[in-house]
Amino acid sequence: MQGFDFWAVTEYSDVLLAGMAWTALLTVASSGLSLVGGAVFALLGLSRSRVVRMPTAFFVWLFLGTPLLLQLYLIYFGLVQIGIDLTAFAAGVIALSLHFAVYNADVIRAGIVAIDRGQHEASRSLGLGLGQTMRKVILPQALRNVTPALGNNMIALLKESSLVSIIGVMELTLSAQRAISETFRPFEFYIAAGALYYVLNAVLELVLRRVERGTAMTR
Amino acid sequence: MIQVADLHKAFGAVEVLKGIDLTVERGQILAIIGPSGSGKSTLLRTINHLESVDRGEIWFDGMLVNQPLRGRRFERHVNRIRQHIGMVFQHFNLFPHMTALENITMAPMLLKKTPRREARELAESLLRKVGLLDRIDYYPAQLSGGQKQRVAIARALAMEPKVMLFDEVTSSLDPELVGEVNKVMKQLAQEHMTMLIVTHELRFAADVADHVLFMADGVVVEEGPPAQLFRAPAQERTKTFLQEVFK
Ligand SMILES: Nc1ncnc2c1ncn2[C@@H]1O[C@H](COP(=O)(O)OP(=O)(O)OP(=O)(O)O)[C@@H](O)[C@H]1O
Ligand SMILES: [Mg+2]
Repeated sequence: MQGFDFWAVTEYSDVLLAGMAWTALLTVASSGLSLVGGAVFALLGLSRSRVVRMPTAFFVWLFLGTPLLLQLYLIYFGLVQIGIDLTAFAAGVIALSLHFAVYNADVIRAGIVAIDRGQHEASRSLGLGLGQTMRKVILPQALRNVTPALGNNMIALLKESSLVSIIGVMELTLSAQRAISETFRPFEFYIAAGALYYVLNAVLELVLRRVERGTAMTR
Repeated sequence: MIQVADLHKAFGAVEVLKGIDLTVERGQILAIIGPSGSGKSTLLRTINHLESVDRGEIWFDGMLVNQPLRGRRFERHVNRIRQHIGMVFQHFNLFPHMTALENITMAPMLLKKTPRREARELAESLLRKVGLLDRIDYYPAQLSGGQKQRVAIARALAMEPKVMLFDEVTSSLDPELVGEVNKVMKQLAQEHMTMLIVTHELRFAADVADHVLFMADGVVVEEGPPAQLFRAPAQERTKTFLQEVFK
């Protein structure tokens, strides 16, 4: 029986750290887009017009009801057939963004609905339009109230981003796998990768807690 | 300034306004009183079209409020009218994510393109007027109920409205805070602001209004100057209501 050798990990630290950087980049890009997308889907889903609401509901239903892996394959391999040839990284960002935009949309929609009707009425009585009211009065409050829930989605996104390794994005999980294929030390490298995910998570949580604290007073 | 004719409004099968007529001249102060559920709030809210109507006409400053426009054009129409009609609510409805200053300056900056500096000066003068200049950077959560309501009045005044609508603005205040809000309203009255005031405080109505309208079950039962309506009501319904309240 062969013992563990964590020294092997240090030799590949540059590979793992590069993977970690890609994971961070994936997470930041996809989180940002999924927040914007989530707000857009939430607003479309609350539209007064059926013609807007129905397709949105269908799209949301489609993305909630299918696995992320399948969506990833469809975007990376499927879209080539209609002439859209994305890089693996771009496909990964798009899949993660859309997938989590749908979750965020649910959270944001609930946040919007929970805002007291009086806020809407006060804003409209001043002469603000529907769009202005959303932008200045309703959305800022709704987003503040659902910051913790959106934060949880971001943490989930960070972890789910490992799936993107499957289409060949050199993020943390795939980096660990490459090191393993050269050293045949899966235990050490998966543990190391796990530790690095944990670090990323800790940083993300720190940032989220900051944001939450920053907005607590104004609630 | 405001003229309402044969106004009807139903929520589903329940008819809430059953043909209301009223006129408010420029500078006049109209108090609307009546039992709970008689349709006072609904009437007030139809004037700036927070509530749509089924039948009748609402005229404001020579414009028909309930025009038969649709979609975007109607939106633009009501938004323009609402800029000239200030409204103050029972539950303040201040924007909790904005300071007193931001609550007041948002609408003029957004809708009238008032420059920030000028908007700030306006907010300062309004807050001074309602006695809260020292709270300019406070969030609503840091203010008492009476202070919130005074900021809400300042917010409505910031658009320099031609008419102010007050819907039971002291009803959710602790009794000791009612006075400070009433004082601000009296001050507005002295400046000849046109006001429609829905209130349960009959003494305040008698004090500040030059015309009182008593509503019950969606109709105007009786109206007149406060001295007449409170001292010598003509209708049985008005008498019973006043006896109930003053007993
Ligand atoms: N959005 C609504 N949907 C259905 N019914 C409503 C709605 N708003 C008001 N009503 C009903 O209309 C009637 C009149 O309500 P309104 O709020 O105008 O009365 P009010 O005179 O202001 O009463 P209060 O003194 O209690 O404020 C009530 O029976 C109320 O239940
Ligand atoms: Mg009412």
